[in-house]
Order: sequence, then C-alpha cells, then structure tokens
Amino acid sequence: MDVAAPASGERVLDGSVAAIPVAALVAVFGASFGVLARTSGFPLLGAVAMSATTFAGSAQFAAVSILAEGGGLAAAVVAAVLLNARYGPIGLSVAPYLPGAWLRRVLASQLVVDESWAIASRTDGSVSPQRLIGAGLAVYLGWVGGTALGAAAGNALADPAALGLDAAFPALFLGLLAPRVREPRARRAAAAGALIALVLVPFTPPGVPVIAAAAGAVLGQRR
Amino acid sequence: MSTPWAAVLLVGLGTVVIKAAGVLLLSGSSSRVRSAARFEHLAPAVLAALVVTASLSDGSRLVLDERSAGLAAAAAVLARRGPLFLAVGTAALVTALLRQL
Repeated sequence: MDVAAPASGERVLDGSVAAIPVAALVAVFGASFGVLARTSGFPLLGAVAMSATTFAGSAQFAAVSILAEGGGLAAAVVAAVLLNARYGPIGLSVAPYLPGAWLRRVLASQLVVDESWAIASRTDGSVSPQRLIGAGLAVYLGWVGGTALGAAAGNALADPAALGLDAAFPALFLGLLAPRVREPRARRAAAAGALIALVLVPFTPPGVPVIAAAAGAVLGQRR
Repeated sequence: MSTPWAAVLLVGLGTVVIKAAGVLLLSGSSSRVRSAARFEHLAPAVLAALVVTASLSDGSRLVLDERSAGLAAAAAVLARRGPLFLAVGTAALVTALLRQL
C-alpha cells in the first residue's frame, strides 16, 4: 500500500482499491460488533444505526460492553467519547484539504477513521481528499455491512479472537506505520508516540494514551 | 427511550461532533502549508500509539499475550519488506495457533 502517492491525478477509486483488504478485515469486526450488540440487548436496527452514525469500532465495542456489564449510560458515553478524542486533532489535520461547501465537508469528515486517514495522509503531513473519501467509503461499507450481517446472523458466526483477528489490527497499524519511519524525524515521532502510550496505559482510561501521543506529536512539532 | 437507543444517540452525536470539529473550526481555504507542517508527525505518533494500545494493553493493564507474539511475527514480515496483507495474516495465524496450545 503506497502512502506517499503523488498529489495530482488521484482518484476516489484509488483510495477504495487501496482499502479493500482493510475493509474486509473491518467487515469481520463489524460482524462481531453486531453479535455483541444483539447479545447486549440492542435491537438489530439499533446496532446498525450505531455503526452507521458513530463509525468508530473501538468506541462502539467499549460503549456496548460497558452497558452489557451494567456500567450505566454515562460511563458508556464517556468511554466512547474518550476513545474517539483522537479524531479531534486528526480532523484538524484533514480539514484544510476537504473541498466544497460546508455540508459536503462535514460529510467527508465523518469518513475519517484511523485506516482511511492513514491511507490518505502523505508523509509530509498533507492529506489526499480523494483517497480519504474512497478509502473511507470502502471501510464504511465494510463496517456497516458487517454489523448488519452479524446482528442478523447472531452467534452462528465464528469468534474473531479464536481466529486471531484481534491481533490483525495492531499488525495493520504497524504496516501502515512502516513506510513512514524510514525518515529519522518520523521515526523519533513514532518512538515518542509509542512510549507515551506505553507509560500512560496503566494510569489512564482507554483512549487517553493515544490522544496524549497525538498532542505530543503536534506540540513537539512547534518547537 | 430505552438505554440502547439512548447510547446509539449520544455516542453517535458525540462522535459526529468530534469528527466534524476540524471542519467547523477551519475553513477549506485555511493554510494547507502551515497545517501540513504542524501535523507532519501526527500519523507516525498516532499509529505507533495505536499499535501499543491494540497489542500490549487489556483495558488499563499492560499485558504480553498471544497478540504480542502475533505482532512480533508481523513485524518480522514487514522488516523483510513483505506486503501488508501477509503481515496482517501472519499476525492472525500466529495468534490463533498460540491460543490453540
């Protein structure tokens, strides 16, 4: 997967094609989210509606798990918002590149997930809106479609953990990171991000380590 | 409203606002050069942090488990310039096999 594609002649379809393996993986996880949501008391339509509007896997898993364990609505919403807080700085980095009228830009911003953003962002910090939209749509179809299948089929599906699929996401993120760290300053940023996350995991709620790594990268840049 | 639907509404609303915040704060004509310079290191830092949280943490605990071994196998594939899908597949396969033991 090329992450440093040229600025000219990029097409939405290129982003979609680049995202096909990612979208397939996301679909499997969408299915497992659908199963979890149904067994946690969500109606089929509610599970699909959450995937269609929230479109952020880790936050959805966290919110539904907390409700299933009797943790309460406020705790579920706070956990989800914390896990999604990284999309604040990510959205800021993407916004200048989104073209068109206000509504169109807001819609495009909703297609930002870790995977589509990684496929669309170039090594110099700029973002390809075509690749973002193409990859975002492919991953969105996988996530919402997978959720619908899982919520409808229920426990007939295999357990993703038994297939090792929960290990696929860190490997995916590592693969998206690998081509970027040939440059020494990017390598230092990655090391700093990993270190910040490692130190904060035992002491902060999930989501905080990643947002701290994002803050470190932006603040460290301005020196 | 039932609790599940309230969660759908509130989590959805919160996420939509967070994702749209950049667009609401910055116009499409704001300086792309300055933006790119400021966020040049965001992707490597966030991706590296996600690797850590997705492979070495279980909630708020640091753990070494089958996922960590799967990730190490994927790193070996990537270090040899192997393709992304092979690295991801290797991580899943190694993790699944270790769980069978």
